[in-house]
Amino acid sequence: MEFLSPSTLEEALEAKSAHPDAVPIMGGTDVMVELNFDKRRPPALIDLARIPELAEYGPDGDRTRLGAGVPYTKVIEHLSGTAPALAKASRSVASPQIRNRGTVGGNLGGASPAGDAHPSLLATDAAVELASVRGRRRVPVREFFLSLRKTARRDDELITAVLLPEPSGPQQFAKIGTRNAMVIAVTSFALALDGERRSVGTGLGSAGPTPLRAEAAEEFLAQEFDWENGRSPSEATVRRFGELVAAAARPIDDQRGSAEYRKHALSVMARRALSWSVTDYRKGVTRCA
Amino acid sequence: MRVSFNVNGEDVTADDVWPGESLLYVLRERLGLPGSKNACEQGECGSCTVYFDGVTACSCMIAAGQAQGRTVRTVEGLAEGTGKGTERALGTVQEAFVEAGAVQCGFCTPGLLVQTDDLLERTVGAGMPAPGDAEIREALAGNLCRCTGYEKIIDAVHLAAERRAEAGSGA
Repeated sequence: MEFLSPSTLEEALEAKSAHPDAVPIMGGTDVMVELNFDKRRPPALIDLARIPELAEYGPDGDRTRLGAGVPYTKVIEHLSGTAPALAKASRSVASPQIRNRGTVGGNLGGASPAGDAHPSLLATDAAVELASVRGRRRVPVREFFLSLRKTARRDDELITAVLLPEPSGPQQFAKIGTRNAMVIAVTSFALALDGERRSVGTGLGSAGPTPLRAEAAEEFLAQEFDWENGRSPSEATVRRFGELVAAAARPIDDQRGSAEYRKHALSVMARRALSWSVTDYRKGVTRCA
Repeated sequence: MRVSFNVNGEDVTADDVWPGESLLYVLRERLGLPGSKNACEQGECGSCTVYFDGVTACSCMIAAGQAQGRTVRTVEGLAEGTGKGTERALGTVQEAFVEAGAVQCGFCTPGLLVQTDDLLERTVGAGMPAPGDAEIREALAGNLCRCTGYEKIIDAVHLAAERRAEAGSGA
């Protein structure tokens, strides 16, 4: 096995182009598990940890550009205001040691349906920046996950950044597990209210072969919600929203939970996230008035 | 491949390293630093926790080649003075764990010591208040003690925080 250690993005892209089956490694929190347990023997590893650009974050037009190599700890420390749902999700990742190393870019690369970052990226309509020697392109996260662990990333491409839209309303994230730390989500849910566009975004984790959206729930809530004053939706509306979120899930029974439990938990998380969000939204409306 | 880095203040080199092996393996099997323990090899237990460029990480999740040119501090590096093993005196955190009886089988201890040292550096060491129970539990959430000796461990962290705060104010 070769160990490639590029110091610039150009070198990394050339390496990935020359060795399309090489596995990129950043924080190592997924890749090293596979190597330690002999589950994978790639012909080469490409260490991306020495490329300064990947560790940077900052404004990019009206969005925030989060380099693919920024660890969760930094997302929590610096992006709680610009990417509230992602920061909340980042707080729920594993342990401090893992959050010091693990990255959103790596989460997207692994594309596990349980990935903690995915629901918030779906709910907020973030985009993935992919680069290769052929150039760069941006793919909406909503079009990125194709099937179980398969994504729109081509073999010669590296994930270089995530583009996070500026929030224009409350964002929430909730996750179910057996304890607060070191938990792979039994199921998880993110909600974003966009007061400017009067639209709703959702993201469901561990609820199907890929991270999912509940589009019918989004449309329903966008119609029903009192965008003007942020009045609390009726009990029937809240319940219906929960049902529509659960109905979008395509979960399986596995060692972490049954499909039935996951659907139930999703409806509960959806209702809670909605009630937290409405409270936050009303605060925003009052502040603006 | 050859990998050179700094560990506990000393420049070291390991030869014939397989690129896919972990920093933990290099430390234990090639450099004679068995303090960091090998338990789960998947980042779940924290017993291999080291400082990697000043930030705590599970050394089982760092590829050997990623350590090239970096700075590593292991549990051995928490002891005071120079030299090997018992030539050095225990550091504040190590001493507090012994006194509080926070050591049972001892396997998780090295990781807890490093993670506790980091917590104290970021709190009392940075002029902040000593961490409360909730903050301690959060900081140590990735370190498993299968003897379930957590109460004594938390006592030890409080004791170490007190001592470090005293040392800081006296300086």
